Amino acid sequence: MQLSTKHLLGIKHLSPQDISLILSTAGQFKEVLQRSVKKVPSLRDVTIVNLFYENSTRTRISFELAEKRLSADTINFTASASSVSKGETLLDTVNNILSMKVDMVVMRHSASGAPHFLAKHIPAAIINAGDGINEHPTQALLDAFSIQEKLGSLEGKRIVLVGDIMHSRVALSNIYLLNKMGAEVMVAGPPTLIPKYISEALNVKVEYNLEKALQWCDVANVLRIQLERQNQVLFSSLREYNLAYGVSRRLLDGLKKEILIMHPGPINRGVEIDSDVADSNQSIILQQVENGVAVRMAALYLLAGKKTDQ
Amino acid sequence: MKTILDKQQLHLTLLRLAHQLLENQLSLNDVAFIGIQPRGVKVGTKLMECIGQLCPGEKLQYGILDITFYRDDVRDELHVANKTDIPFSIEGKKVILIDDVLYTGRTIRAALDAIQDFGRPQKVELCVLVDRRFNRELPIQPDYCGKAIDSIISQKVKVEWDREVVVLY
Repeated sequence: MQLSTKHLLGIKHLSPQDISLILSTAGQFKEVLQRSVKKVPSLRDVTIVNLFYENSTRTRISFELAEKRLSADTINFTASASSVSKGETLLDTVNNILSMKVDMVVMRHSASGAPHFLAKHIPAAIINAGDGINEHPTQALLDAFSIQEKLGSLEGKRIVLVGDIMHSRVALSNIYLLNKMGAEVMVAGPPTLIPKYISEALNVKVEYNLEKALQWCDVANVLRIQLERQNQVLFSSLREYNLAYGVSRRLLDGLKKEILIMHPGPINRGVEIDSDVADSNQSIILQQVENGVAVRMAALYLLAGKKTDQ
Repeated sequence: MKTILDKQQLHLTLLRLAHQLLENQLSLNDVAFIGIQPRGVKVGTKLMECIGQLCPGEKLQYGILDITFYRDDVRDELHVANKTDIPFSIEGKKVILIDDVLYTGRTIRAALDAIQDFGRPQKVELCVLVDRRFNRELPIQPDYCGKAIDSIISQKVKVEWDREVVVLY
């Protein structure tokens, strides 16, 4: 058994079998991470470059750890500290790096589709670590892994994505993945942050009232307000957003059931989620981060196992 | 197709292996039995049953080990990983690796690597149901062997647990 694809550009291109394979392999890697020696020699002949054109804490550390735990050699590249500021193009930069015999590229870029462009022009395997407002596949995979770990399976589970759906690549990847795995998906937030026709285009429910949305779901995945991507005023103030769409303890206590709270990070405390919710037992935010390493190990392992046309 | 061990022979062989395993141990407290995924686990489970019957009340330490991530051919062929479960420490213990068929020796090489990541055993031994001698690619030999056979590379040896026989194709 192997993946149907050479690159991990987005969940959109994966089959349900691919997703199951990645999640089950991640389960085995999670066991590896509990051992006293948290490292396996699988990718010791592989060199991976982490190409980050956009800021990141979790994803970058998580990928780097995953690579090191697989015994791969890693190179870190930060756009701001490189020749990109001298005017080098993306393709030139990558080709120069690849000429030094690099096998895989993990890439984050603020332009949607940048990894897809690269995949057409270079022979190395590419993993998308977030491209603009398009996709963030490993985040969706680790979210799914975390839900599966807590609730047993994804099938038939009700998951609501709360907040800035319009600018969130995490939302899009999550919607694709959850739909493929048979979960029910709802998006909730202010009308200005939910794209028109999303319910027809992506087969999701839309709810503008947060309390109703939380009442409906088993899991709430709360998304960050992506101020850096908003170039117009979409709500009047952060305080007003918090009052209408912030997940608060009062709101959760009003529900007659206990739901799981997730957040892909970084958290804006007091905006989309209140501190006492983020730090409560219902929240699995830190487990998500922990699972991230295992899921990324699985993705790297399964893609490196496949020989490229090189 | 040729039957190497029929149902009764297989049962007797497992029983003999269980006796041999017991014979060599001073105390079972210091012994960790490790079945190698996927097919060594079944042999291991059967051997644990036999040993359990021979010395009832004795607590056996039995774990399972997956060696997928330690293979030397990761980049040639993709293997799906199985579960590893070693719920005890192997530090300073005598580890007995259990597999069904010993062929090239590469699986055992990977298992030797893998087991190191769980601690430093005092000693490692190998117990196999079938030994395909003359096909080895590495200097690895079993300490306990159910049946040694001569076979060529194009042949396959399979332990069929539903019929409880060992056959050579």
